[in-house]
Amino acid sequence: MADTLVRATPVRATGRRPRRDPARRPARRRSGPAYLLVLPAVAILLLGLGYPVYWQVVTSLQEYGLAQQFGQPPEFVGLANYARIFAADDLWAVVVRSILFCLVNAVLTVGIGVLLALLMRAVRSWVRVALQVSLLLAWAMPMVAAVTVWRWLFDWRTGVVNWLLVRIGFEGYAGHNWLAQPLSFFFVATVIIVWMSVPFVALSVYAGLTQVPEETLEAARIDGANGAQTLRYILLPMVRPVLAIVFLLQIIWDLRVFAQIRLLQDAGAPVSETNLLGNFIFELGIGRQDFAGAAAVSIFVLLLTVALSWPYVRSLMKELS
Amino acid sequence: MTAVTAPGPIAAGRAPARGSGAARLRRRARSVLLGVVALLVAALWVFPVYWMVLSALTPVARLRATTPSFLPVRPTLTNFESVLGGSGFTSALRMSLAVTGVTVLAVLVFAFLAALAISRYRFRGRRSFVLTVLFVQMLPAEGLFIAQYKMLSTTGQLNSVLGVSVLYTAAVVPFTVWMLRGFVSSVPADLEEAAMVDGLSRFQAFLRITLPLLAPGLVASGVYAFLQAWNEFTVALVALPAESAHTLPLWLRSFLQASANRGVNWAEVMAASSLIAVPVIVFFLLVQGRMTSGLVSGAVKG
Repeated sequence: MADTLVRATPVRATGRRPRRDPARRPARRRSGPAYLLVLPAVAILLLGLGYPVYWQVVTSLQEYGLAQQFGQPPEFVGLANYARIFAADDLWAVVVRSILFCLVNAVLTVGIGVLLALLMRAVRSWVRVALQVSLLLAWAMPMVAAVTVWRWLFDWRTGVVNWLLVRIGFEGYAGHNWLAQPLSFFFVATVIIVWMSVPFVALSVYAGLTQVPEETLEAARIDGANGAQTLRYILLPMVRPVLAIVFLLQIIWDLRVFAQIRLLQDAGAPVSETNLLGNFIFELGIGRQDFAGAAAVSIFVLLLTVALSWPYVRSLMKELS
Repeated sequence: MTAVTAPGPIAAGRAPARGSGAARLRRRARSVLLGVVALLVAALWVFPVYWMVLSALTPVARLRATTPSFLPVRPTLTNFESVLGGSGFTSALRMSLAVTGVTVLAVLVFAFLAALAISRYRFRGRRSFVLTVLFVQMLPAEGLFIAQYKMLSTTGQLNSVLGVSVLYTAAVVPFTVWMLRGFVSSVPADLEEAAMVDGLSRFQAFLRITLPLLAPGLVASGVYAFLQAWNEFTVALVALPAESAHTLPLWLRSFLQASANRGVNWAEVMAASSLIAVPVIVFFLLVQGRMTSGLVSGAVKG
């Protein structure tokens, strides 16, 4: 299984030419076992993700309405589904809403995360540990439980948020129903998502900050740099790779927000005005059984994700080589 | 910021002698102020978790009072008793355990084998395999669940442990391959070779030398897979529509909805949330370091 040669000289040890160096255990450099080893993983990926993607591509190009549900063979219609779906106003409203929501959440999450990371650097170690533990606890909350707790905090009748607002003088918030209007609905959704996502950003950026060598900071100090200058010219440039990755991941994750919205809608929010892309697909496919339309929107979401993921995947590939 | 930790001599060298006392005082005030801010943020961030547990331990009558109490007064377990005694929890727990168990096992075996292949062999297609693995881990469930629903419904696997486990395994395998790859490459192959020189067979060498060294990696990957499958909501929502097939997250949602019909009993709902969250939090704390470093590795080392 192990192949020392590979580790020492990766270039020579290609599986294609297994018998060039017969003295050193030629049999061990066969790549046959490697294919056997990756087989189960490849099989499950093909079954669980590959086939669904293939089905979606095919279905998005076909007429797949109720008639097909009852057994008629689907008919190839080219890009007609895309044309139909993208001509409708409701999709564009959802797309714009999703992108806005995604950007606002990603910027807020990364901004607050960076501030907290800097705060962790500035305080004594026991304060830092307290902050880190509380961030970890928030991060560890299962999503459904987290949304449930936030619904309780924002409950219109006995929720803590309304109680607190009334206490500090905003009498109008007594009995205020946050989830009934789209704007305050998205405010609550943003609070939840930022609360859930900040810990990852703050802890990652903090880890990045600790990698900045002490000598560099010392040198800046001797040259008379103040706190703001050190931050601007030393710290932020040095953690820029981490920031870029974290921001990108946040964009990708916030674009796919579905469950939080779905769970908040349970409280009686106007569904069509609060749907994001994932919710739109769910309603179109599972709700209205328009599988072709849902498949077309899904392909759009997948393409968007792949395009956004490219820089992230490339940076991970760098680690491999 | 850096000034806070700056040792005396350097600071004194910079500041003119007359201002040094005031400057030190100002720095000290700043440091205390930042500490207070940090503690406030910590309290704010942990509050929802605290509030969940506190509400779960409070009798519902007190929870409905106009003024909330922020400290535990005579905590009670009655909320937990009524949740555990109610319908659905045991069946959801059983379902969650089954789905999670199958997923964790499958993920560990599949991901481990694949990680061995990519870290110990150079084979044609290796680079594209790694690239695929990295890409598919980014695919959102929200862009796939209609097709997955369709696939399960046409094969009669809706509401089945097998169907949803296949989807979970496919979703979790990519990241765990990546995670385990790091562990496998950190165990030198020479160790196995040495054991074989000492007379062990390849299989024995693997079992006695390599596997124990990989144990932490396998545990971390297992816990990661556990967390993913245990908390998953979106795929479960489409793959397990029947009430009898609900996993715990779906159960919590219907519990809240059922409660909403009679004016939500938040004490019981919070007890239900705590039942799901507390074990997860414990597991999470065990594995989180590995997860963070896995996600941003490459960037940090630059």
